[in-house]
Amino acid sequence: MLESNLELKGSSFTLSVLHIKSAELQKIRIELEEKLAIAPQFFLGAPLVLNLAAVAEQDINLSELKQILIEQGLVIVGVTSGSESQLSAAKDLGLAVIKPGKTVESKFINAPKSTQIVKKNIRSGQQIYAKNADLIVVGTVSNGAEVIADGSIHIYGTLRGKAMAGATGDNNAVIIAHRMESELISIAGQYWLAENLAEHDTDKACCIRLADESLLFEPLTF
Amino acid sequence: MAQIIVVTSGKGGVGKTTSSAAIATGLALEGHKTVVIDFDIGLRNLDLIMGCERRVVYDFVNVINGEANLNQALIKDKRSNNLFILPASQTRDKDALTKEGVGKVLEDLSKDFEYIICDSPAGIEQGAMMSLYYADIAIITTNPEVSSVRDSDRILGMLQSKSRRAEQNLEPIQEYLLLTRYSPKRVTTGEMLSVEDVEEILAIELVGVIPESQAVLKASNSGTPVILDNESDAGKAYSDTVERLLGNNVPLRFLEEEKKGLLKRIFGS
Ligand SMILES: Nc1ncnc2c1ncn2[C@@H]1O[C@H](COP(=O)(O)OP(=O)(O)O)[C@@H](O)[C@H]1O
Ligand SMILES: [Mg+2]
Repeated sequence: MLESNLELKGSSFTLSVLHIKSAELQKIRIELEEKLAIAPQFFLGAPLVLNLAAVAEQDINLSELKQILIEQGLVIVGVTSGSESQLSAAKDLGLAVIKPGKTVESKFINAPKSTQIVKKNIRSGQQIYAKNADLIVVGTVSNGAEVIADGSIHIYGTLRGKAMAGATGDNNAVIIAHRMESELISIAGQYWLAENLAEHDTDKACCIRLADESLLFEPLTF
Repeated sequence: MAQIIVVTSGKGGVGKTTSSAAIATGLALEGHKTVVIDFDIGLRNLDLIMGCERRVVYDFVNVINGEANLNQALIKDKRSNNLFILPASQTRDKDALTKEGVGKVLEDLSKDFEYIICDSPAGIEQGAMMSLYYADIAIITTNPEVSSVRDSDRILGMLQSKSRRAEQNLEPIQEYLLLTRYSPKRVTTGEMLSVEDVEEILAIELVGVIPESQAVLKASNSGTPVILDNESDAGKAYSDTVERLLGNNVPLRFLEEEKKGLLKRIFGS
């Protein structure tokens, strides 16, 4: 008997949706570059669907848009909510046309937040992402390592690598470390580099939080 | 069952081969049957340091490929009955080291030996990954400078994620820090990190500090592992390191700048 080399099975996947809000491709390119510089590797390799609802009435060069996104390391699998002609152009580019799905509104407010605890040192080249959760590291985060959380980040050792809290936009997220010698910290997209941190006394336990769109340093004293 | 020890670092030229040769020799001198394997395919310098380069007929890759058996490829050390060397080939490409092939050789060696020392190549390519994959113990060879410490940190991440013990959720690899080419004088002047600095960043147990020493070059030129030069500070520091690996508590030495005598101070050294 011949064994089949193919098998079709139904499966559902969660895809992130990138909403395209302007047909001006240069602006998109610049904004994307800025976003990715702040949260590098965050989107890399993750399959994305483009939502064209906001530009459905406009003339947009999809082929060029796709190229820009690919150059930034994004993987585009399909488009949704475009005009007839946009969707057919997308088909010609080998993209899938996907029916609009249900959007999960502001996850960090509604979804119950959990906690991820990591009991080890995070070494250079390693990355931890606490999805929909706070992240607690009982250890040190080395230079060249990255810790990301949709909620807050607590580090019981020294933070030397990068830390990104509130990765999906939670303004209430904080970053707390026993000692902070970080390369980069960010909360909901607002970031500080080592030079900004150097202005503060980060040898002792401290907390960084967001106040009116900018980061704020607080020593953890009682 | 043998203990598999990888001597690794990420960075090249930090003293992995020097340390592999010294530690393997030290364990053999203490009466433990030991084999040291050169994973640096294409460079092959463990046999030079061990002084057996002229006796290499078959190599590690020959054994993996079934072109020779272990008995044909193992070279017995001329100084100790307990010590054997499995040399690397000079020509073949690094991809010859497959997970299955390396695993089979290590399994066969485990039946006969107490310690298997794996001398890792630099980098994080195939050869380096294979040398650490099966390890029970890792000796993280590090020079007291920032780039070497970063690379060691990277390798520690690999041990925790890419090793057999990590993949199979076994007890993690025991990680030890070996600081090599330590120069107390350059620590004082701030050119080098101190023992404490490196310990603080890497946060693993310190197993030895080997001073920067002329004796190392002399030893490798004569094909004698430096641990056999028991007059030298580097030789003594390696002997101490072997003691600590065997579980004995020996204090650290050679961490301070040598005080120059009055005559030396007047006439220079
Ligand atoms: N403690 C030491 N003092 C002085 N020179 C050293 C010392 N350890 C290693 N070296 C020298 O550094 C170079 C690289 O050493 P090697 O053991 O081959 O490093 P690796 O295997 O990590 O590439 C060699 O020239 C060696 O003689
Ligand atoms: Mg070497």
